[in-house]
Amino acid sequence: MALLDVHDLTVAFPSVTAVAGLSFSVHESETLALVGESGSGKSLTALALMGLVPRPGRVSGAVHFGGQDLLALPEARMRQLRGRDIAMIFQEPMTSLNPVLTIGRQIAETLRLHEGLSARAARLRAIELLDLVRIADPGRQVDSHAHRLSGGMRQRVMIAMAIACNPRVLIADEPTTALDVTIQAQVLDLLDRLRRDLGMALILITHDLGVVGQWADRVVVMYAGRKVEEADPIGLLRRPLHPYSRGLLGASPRLQARAHYRLGRLAEIPGSMASALGQAGCPFAPRCDVRQDKCDSVAPALREMGEARLVACPVAA
Amino acid sequence: MSTWRRVTRTARRTALQAVPSVLAILALNFLLLQLAPGDAADVMAAQTGSPTAQTVLELRSRFGLDAPLLDRLAAYLDNLAHFSLGMSPRFNVSVLSLIGERLPGTLALMLTALGIALVVGIALGAVMARFAGRPLDRAISVISLCCYSIPGFWIGLMLVVVFSVKLDWLPSGGMHSVGIEESGLAALLDMARHMVLPAASLSLFFVAIYARLTRAAMLEAQEQDFARTARAKGLSPSAVAIRHVLRNALIPVTTMAGVHVGALLGGSVVVETVFSWPGLGRLAFESMMNRDFNVLLGILFLSSLLVIVANAGVDILHSWLDPRIEDVG
Repeated sequence: MALLDVHDLTVAFPSVTAVAGLSFSVHESETLALVGESGSGKSLTALALMGLVPRPGRVSGAVHFGGQDLLALPEARMRQLRGRDIAMIFQEPMTSLNPVLTIGRQIAETLRLHEGLSARAARLRAIELLDLVRIADPGRQVDSHAHRLSGGMRQRVMIAMAIACNPRVLIADEPTTALDVTIQAQVLDLLDRLRRDLGMALILITHDLGVVGQWADRVVVMYAGRKVEEADPIGLLRRPLHPYSRGLLGASPRLQARAHYRLGRLAEIPGSMASALGQAGCPFAPRCDVRQDKCDSVAPALREMGEARLVACPVAA
Repeated sequence: MSTWRRVTRTARRTALQAVPSVLAILALNFLLLQLAPGDAADVMAAQTGSPTAQTVLELRSRFGLDAPLLDRLAAYLDNLAHFSLGMSPRFNVSVLSLIGERLPGTLALMLTALGIALVVGIALGAVMARFAGRPLDRAISVISLCCYSIPGFWIGLMLVVVFSVKLDWLPSGGMHSVGIEESGLAALLDMARHMVLPAASLSLFFVAIYARLTRAAMLEAQEQDFARTARAKGLSPSAVAIRHVLRNALIPVTTMAGVHVGALLGGSVVVETVFSWPGLGRLAFESMMNRDFNVLLGILFLSSLLVIVANAGVDILHSWLDPRIEDVG
């Protein structure tokens, strides 16, 4: 039984459908990676799960969590879940913390809201949480403001804030994109350790296949708001089935065969996703190197290809 | 750095910066007034009805107005160094006592108006931001545009017509009721009643400015990433608006409030005249007409001090509101 089950999720704006009929599920203590390039609908999927899609976006489908459909919940009820059962950290640690409040107050705020702690108890718990995310000297840093902290430390503070109420699902939207490479691994290791210790499900949104290989249990590759492939990371990295997954892998510097470096450049996927919007057939067809005539008219359905493997391409084998 | 240390450090720095500003303002005020045509002797002589050239010269020498310009400036600064603002040739009393008599009235009026402007303006701005683009926002927007563009004296006159003349709810002028000796709370209430109309006409313009400023600052702040973080915590929209957005939006509003203390003083000249409020503004107006430059200089000096103190106050408030300040200073 999945902890969080997303069914046919669609996020539509007046001019564009950003997420179209997306389905996936996450189990307890599992890390699911959502992968895709900018604009593939990853972040809006995350915001839809949180019930925070900005106006005038419209969300439809179903998100089953704990026996209820989150999309059907009234806002007041959703607010009780948000930050307590489902928490989220964002891509930009530099701007995601309030500049005028101490980090301790920002962490304590969540605890006081959801757990009804007193100011004093919330502060003590905030210090514990800072310690848990490996911030040195938490008793002093609890009174710091965000601008005194490095990007990596700010992201740790964001994580401390997100896990404050032991959420069952943590959504991390590109948590390391804005950080130095050396800090990236530390932050991801921290997230992974917390996932195991707290038994929470982690939805890791990234465009970095290196991150996927090391930290994910399962991968959903998204293109133009659709799931084009779902696989275990090893299978995906060894043998990507969808031409888009192949292209992504080819454009990834760390994992590719040395041949790419010898040629002096990485492979790129020609064209851009903008061409996929609002067209009838396969969204990837205009950029695809194995395109067939029917791809322009028929949107490919997801096919099962072996165990726990789905791909939305009729050509893939 | 603790909030207290940050605030005291800012206070010290602002105080030191104020000293050269005050000296420059004093010298400039003195020299600029000399450019105005005529002096106290001219006005007084004219008011005797049949002035002769001899009378003017005598008056001028009696008030020391015939000395060379720089000598007079030196004498003025020397006076100041001894905490004296000189004498008023007109009233034959020290400028300090004249100002001391009028200052409380003006301060009370200004502070009340500023307080109303900030409280009402920020509250209206927050409401506008909350309902941005909807009818309530539009309605307040139109009203504030009116308040913004109508001159204060006209608003004052209209308020008098409606609330004093037609409805007879509030007094049309003065600071206390004539002929009634009251003390304590009753006197305070009496003064408050007299203050409603002048404070309202002085503050309306600023209410409009702060409302628009708060609205814009809040709309900007609520698009920031930290506001999204706050929503992701499960906070209610009003908690996000007050605890996270408004606190950030107050920074530009307080900056403007500091700048406006000078403008408020200018506005009080007009409003005090309309409502015969016994304050500095009216004294300034009268001394200008009488070419009573010592009094005028004293008032200008005091108002510059007020502006400097207000700006220092804003700096200190900022260092409390915005922890990032310490890295700039």
